[in-house]
Amino acid sequence: MVFFELFYTFLIIGLFTFGGGYAMLSLIQNQIVVEKGWITAQQFTDIVAISQATPGPVGINSATYVGYMVPHNMGYSELSCIAGSVCATIAVVIPSFIIVLTICRLYNKFKNSGLFTSLMKNLRPVVIGMIAAAAGILITPENFFHYSSWLLLTGAFISCYFFKTNPIWVIVAGGVIGLLIY
Amino acid sequence: MFTLGGGYAMIPIIDREVVKKRSWLEQEEFMDILAIAQSAPGLLIVNISIFAGYRLRGKRGSVAATIGSCLPSFLIILAIALFFVGFKENIYVDKFFKGVRPVVVALIAVPVIDMIKKSNLNIFRALIAVATAAAIIWLKLSPIYILLTGAVLFFLSRWAGGLKREKGRSEKSDKQVDS
Repeated sequence: MVFFELFYTFLIIGLFTFGGGYAMLSLIQNQIVVEKGWITAQQFTDIVAISQATPGPVGINSATYVGYMVPHNMGYSELSCIAGSVCATIAVVIPSFIIVLTICRLYNKFKNSGLFTSLMKNLRPVVIGMIAAAAGILITPENFFHYSSWLLLTGAFISCYFFKTNPIWVIVAGGVIGLLIY
Repeated sequence: MFTLGGGYAMIPIIDREVVKKRSWLEQEEFMDILAIAQSAPGLLIVNISIFAGYRLRGKRGSVAATIGSCLPSFLIILAIALFFVGFKENIYVDKFFKGVRPVVVALIAVPVIDMIKKSNLNIFRALIAVATAAAIIWLKLSPIYILLTGAVLFFLSRWAGGLKREKGRSEKSDKQVDS
């Protein structure tokens, strides 16, 4: 049953998202693209682009979209695809829900212990490595089929990093350049 | 709804809406919530919503706040997904995304560099980051196992440190007894 598996996979993804939306992207990529092969690397790249250009948290956007695409790729009907996106979105927030509510209950204990904050700090290098790997895995021959792809990457990096351009405009600019030159 | 650019962009908006405009929470309370939301797994905004909702109206409040923070994204993405399914074979859509894909790599690489700068890594930690990335890319290791290993090592070292501290404390008290 695909929905069951989808639900379980996103439950795991939600549970292990230490370090925000980009860490979640890395986990979705690993679980859905690499391990299960439910969507292609190229589809994942497009989903990330759309998730970043759309209002709302990147993690929720991409979970919803991936939840839609998995049944779609298997040839299910549109209604099943919508059910898939509902499954993925709910599953991805359930672990947060349980953990945050538990912390709420034990609020005063947690307030002073700092155990979790310290754990997070110590896992920081792993999270950085995870996100760097997510970017690295996207450098596939299909995504970089032409030397101009590398120019687009460099241009996007410079405008985002040095000029702090809003990601939406960088995505739109990349798309418009693509329309003009390919 | 008006969040572009991920979790941290939303903090001032939540602050303005929930603390300043509606005064549902005190400023100090909000800072506490923020600290805990940052240290729990999951997405920052969702965690803040769960916690703030709980503070205001208990369990029902947290469910409502969570749905409220996810529903707009969910609906927008669903609309886009339904729209693009019809344009799957469209040549212009294809060209557009050919230009977008390399850009996505840059958009993920930039926060990595920001995180590295913010967390001032020493050589040991930098090596862990590099080893993690290499293991995921080339050994196809799941990040989940690396995170689990990291967490286990953290708790082991905490536990070992705790034992040492207790031992030190008991030695100290022994000495006090001697004197």
